Amino acid sequence: MNLRILIDRFACRFSAFLSVCCVALLALIAVGLIYKSWPILLEHSLSELLFSTIWSPMKGKFGFLSFIISTFQITIFSLLIAFPICLLSATYLVELAPRSILKIVLPLIDILAGVPSVIYGIWGVLMIVPCIRDHIAPFFGYTTSGYCILTGSLVLAIMVVPVMMHLLIQVLQAVPHELRDSTLSLGATHWQMIKLVVWRKCLPGIMATTILGISKAIGETIAVLMVVGNVVQIPKNLFESGYPLPALIANNYGEMLSIPQYDAALMFAALILLAVILFFNMASAYILKRVTKSIT
Amino acid sequence: MQINPHLGISQLNVHIGDQQILKNININFPNKAITAIIGPSGCGKTTLLKTMNRLIENSRGVNITGKVLINGQNIYDDYEDLTSLRKKMGLLAQRPTPLPMSIYANVVFGLKLHGIKDEKILQEKAEKYLRIASLWDEVHDRMRDPASKLSIGQQQRLCLARGLAIEPEIILCDEPTSALDPISSKKIEESFNELKQEYTIILVTHILRQARRLADYVVFMYLGEIIEFGPAKEIFENPKEQLTKEYIGGLIS
Repeated sequence: MNLRILIDRFACRFSAFLSVCCVALLALIAVGLIYKSWPILLEHSLSELLFSTIWSPMKGKFGFLSFIISTFQITIFSLLIAFPICLLSATYLVELAPRSILKIVLPLIDILAGVPSVIYGIWGVLMIVPCIRDHIAPFFGYTTSGYCILTGSLVLAIMVVPVMMHLLIQVLQAVPHELRDSTLSLGATHWQMIKLVVWRKCLPGIMATTILGISKAIGETIAVLMVVGNVVQIPKNLFESGYPLPALIANNYGEMLSIPQYDAALMFAALILLAVILFFNMASAYILKRVTKSIT
Repeated sequence: MQINPHLGISQLNVHIGDQQILKNININFPNKAITAIIGPSGCGKTTLLKTMNRLIENSRGVNITGKVLINGQNIYDDYEDLTSLRKKMGLLAQRPTPLPMSIYANVVFGLKLHGIKDEKILQEKAEKYLRIASLWDEVHDRMRDPASKLSIGQQQRLCLARGLAIEPEIILCDEPTSALDPISSKKIEESFNELKQEYTIILVTHILRQARRLADYVVFMYLGEIIEFGPAKEIFENPKEQLTKEYIGGLIS
């Protein structure tokens, strides 16, 4: 047989094999986590693990609710901070600013996206923790160590902003110029054009970007762990400490494995994270499809 | 030619970067007639069109001198309210640009921008202008569908209806049939023939036969300058300039 046809077949099959490997990895991780957390699932019911707040590994009590709630609080608040900043800055850079500004800003955003998360953590400890402790919390009448949900959310928001902003800029740039011209020529102001046409046209892209931001935020570990306080409790306000799931795993894995079932408990924490992200991604893929259909 | 032109241009020069795109343009467009602007690609036809509603300013590095007069008022003289200027002019782009919303919302978009909220008026106008754009029969039973579901030809007629709905005095068209099939093109052309009773239409086109079919007056441009301007018959049958002769004869393209 002809050599180049052989090479062609090999190339096709090999790349197919590699693609399957990538997907299989996800399944392998899931299987591994379920296997490793099995002991704790045998001992405790799923509802006890997910909805109990009692965390007392020495007594064999493993309730994950505080961790789960901390995780969601930090994720949601960081997105609430990051999303408006990203959308409005990206819109300014694409629609209103001179082209030269975008050319300067875009590489800077990419540099921010590449800064290691531990640096954001240290910066949070040095700058944001004291600022919250000495200024912001007293202003609202709270006392806090500064290591709290709000600090974690702020640091996380700052980390998510460059990634989301870069994507949003690309999404906005994809809107054809003729569409802008047509809207303006109907007598729209710039702001009306942005609000009524450009954002609407971009809605699927904006949603996809937000989903990516949330996925990144849920799993972010080091920077959050450094500033969030790591106290096992359900935070009642933004100035109380929390303890998100990734921080639990990172702080304890390899440390206290002499405690019975502790190992399985941490694996279960990882399993929860994986399940949340999987569920979230599938749900958003579905919503995205619906939105795309109804708009474009 | 006439005393009060809707649209006149005097001593207009446009530079983009170092390049001079339009050179000393002087023209008064005839009211309530179709004036076709013809010329080879890159001669500045589209730029000229875009100076008339100031869309050209959204391009980067543009420098404009001279006057564009709408009913005698220079639109480049501190014209505060660009939206009311643009309301006087409908634009039909090269490719259809349906807004990301329903067919109905597309037609009434401009009206809503200008503060008309009464649903009854909006519906009446939507029907009226969809009929003028000869699209009503095809879409009246699916007004709430996304506009992007329409065929390209229908989309372009929708854009025409949308532009007419703001009740402009002037319609600017930038090669409006270049993306359309022959049947859709014909429908658009038929609309123009009706519309010229009431509107001043400026039609940029690179299709000479279209200009011959539709135009009452023709402007021939070459390398950013107006070479010749006159009644269509004269330009096509008896051009005065050598360049016009060569272009009409298909020698330069």
